[in-house]
Amino acid sequence: MTLKALFAASATAALLLSLPANAGQLTIGFSQIGSESGWRAAETSVSKQEAAKRQVNLKIADAQQKQENQIKAIRSFIAQNVDAIFLAPVVSTGWDAVLKEAKEAKIPVVLLDRDIDPSGKDLYLTAVTSDSVHEGAVAGEWLAKTVGEKACNVVELQGTVGASVATNRKKGFDSVVAKHPNLKVVRSQTGDFTRAKGKEVMESFIKAEGGGKSICAVYAHNDDMMVGAIQAMKEAGLKPGKDVLTVSIDAVPDIFKAMSAGEANATVELTPNMAGPALDVIAAFKDKGTVPPKWIQTESKLYTASDDPQKVYDSKKGLGY
Amino acid sequence: MTALLPRRGLAQIFALIVILMVDRAVSPQFFDLRLQDGRLFGSMIDVLNRGTPVALLSLGMVLVIATRGIDLSVGAVMAISGAIAASLADSHGLPVVLAAALGAGLVCGLWNGFLVSILGMQPIVATLILMVAGRGIAQLITEGRIVTFTSPDLVWLGNGAILGVPVPVAIALGMLILTGAVVRGSALGLLIEATGGNARASELAGVGTRAMILAVYVWCGVCAALAGVIAAADIMGADANNAGLWLELDAILAVVIGGTSLFGGRFSLLLAVLGALIIQTMNTGILLSGYPPEFNLLVKAVVVLAVLLLQSPKLTGMAGIVARIRGTKA
Repeated sequence: MTLKALFAASATAALLLSLPANAGQLTIGFSQIGSESGWRAAETSVSKQEAAKRQVNLKIADAQQKQENQIKAIRSFIAQNVDAIFLAPVVSTGWDAVLKEAKEAKIPVVLLDRDIDPSGKDLYLTAVTSDSVHEGAVAGEWLAKTVGEKACNVVELQGTVGASVATNRKKGFDSVVAKHPNLKVVRSQTGDFTRAKGKEVMESFIKAEGGGKSICAVYAHNDDMMVGAIQAMKEAGLKPGKDVLTVSIDAVPDIFKAMSAGEANATVELTPNMAGPALDVIAAFKDKGTVPPKWIQTESKLYTASDDPQKVYDSKKGLGY
Repeated sequence: MTALLPRRGLAQIFALIVILMVDRAVSPQFFDLRLQDGRLFGSMIDVLNRGTPVALLSLGMVLVIATRGIDLSVGAVMAISGAIAASLADSHGLPVVLAAALGAGLVCGLWNGFLVSILGMQPIVATLILMVAGRGIAQLITEGRIVTFTSPDLVWLGNGAILGVPVPVAIALGMLILTGAVVRGSALGLLIEATGGNARASELAGVGTRAMILAVYVWCGVCAALAGVIAAADIMGADANNAGLWLELDAILAVVIGGTSLFGGRFSLLLAVLGALIIQTMNTGILLSGYPPEFNLLVKAVVVLAVLLLQSPKLTGMAGIVARIRGTKA
């Protein structure tokens, strides 16, 4: 009995403590996956910046890559009666029960970066994600535009075999290549999304293609593999960025360093700013009741040497990539 | 015929030659060599250079396995030493960087050795602890990001050349000679084999088996740390999430391909390194072949199976019987 009372008291206290400082300020709970990669760390820091910009009280719960931690965090956000919940789901299934609880509590949920199973479609307000097929297509379009009518042999560094991002980035790029007969993917191997493997695979591409003379461009599914490939090309006496065009995806700081040194040509950004659009959606939903579309696609921005890579590098390097 | 030739090592050399021939077939320029910026350049050099980390790991691993142990933590130790080297590279000289990175490997080895030899834990469990925790430690050092450096001294370790030979290859060769000289130049190798063959009998015969076991784990840690420094120097950065990932399995495979039994006892350093070379010759061949990446693991598994079948005494014995039956029929 006393224990129950104590529990009730502490729950009330927690609720009181969590009340927003001023009445107009939104409080949003964000269940983040964890810090699996540099990009994830950058997403967390950008989310904080975007919330601060809009004077939103953003509470971030780090789930350390575990779904049960995310479910716990969402339940605690519901108990605190937050205005909205952001969720970057670590897996795509098993969310129905907890999202129903949020729905019953009338707290809108926005998915960030990753989607969940279609069975949960009516349990969240909207999903803010990038389209990795589109990212591959943007990379392909840049290459097609840059080489024009000239015949161009492309070598491709794929991501981890079976990863959906790798499959989609390949699909998007291939769809553009199919429209341009002068572009030809002559070699394609997996570099497991890592620098070391990117370098090793590029070394073998160079040997297999007569010292690299017949390679006109490299397409890598992420920037890290490209950083490795650039080293391999330099060691083979090639000039990446001049002899061999490069285009990759993600826009991590180190590729901008290579770009400002003239050793890389283009990268397509997987923006770490998923929270910004989500915050805008929530503000509009709370103010005017605007129901957003079920999917908000983030911009896949193309960066080239003309975008002042040094400046971009300086702005990105502190984000935790 | 087989009686005339030394039995040991024949299967491995045969396997290596066959794989080299296959590589030559999928890539006609496989044996081409030229100098590029004072460094030899060609697919064969790639094989040696890329095979270095696993070759170094197998040098330590073969001694551990000879004592009937196993070290699953070598990949994680690579990540730790790489992370330390990369974090210190731009602020300290090469001697300090190397001392810190190799020192970390030594401490890791002492930890494993302590658990196995002093506390008597089973090696697979004892080293599993560091395999899991080690990568976490490396991630703590790098704060989860890829730490890059520009220190030319450390970069030279990964990308430089001595008389045209890539530095990593020279280091691996040096380590092979050093380990061989220490282990085979004295009775140490024999004592290690005795420990693995029958620890209790060796103990009674006066062999310091505990010290032997501790020593091999320490050496394994140091070799792994060196491999980690080279891997970091190669990409001019420490990638704690991926450096050395799953390489412990390649190292064990190299040792097994080299004919050393997982039940301990007799071992061969040279054949373990040859095993590492066989693995890398195959990997490079797969990359050169242009097959879709979905086939990589399958091809690797089939080749490994074939190499191990070549060594199976039962199977070669059966082949001998078949040959004899055919001989009598003819």
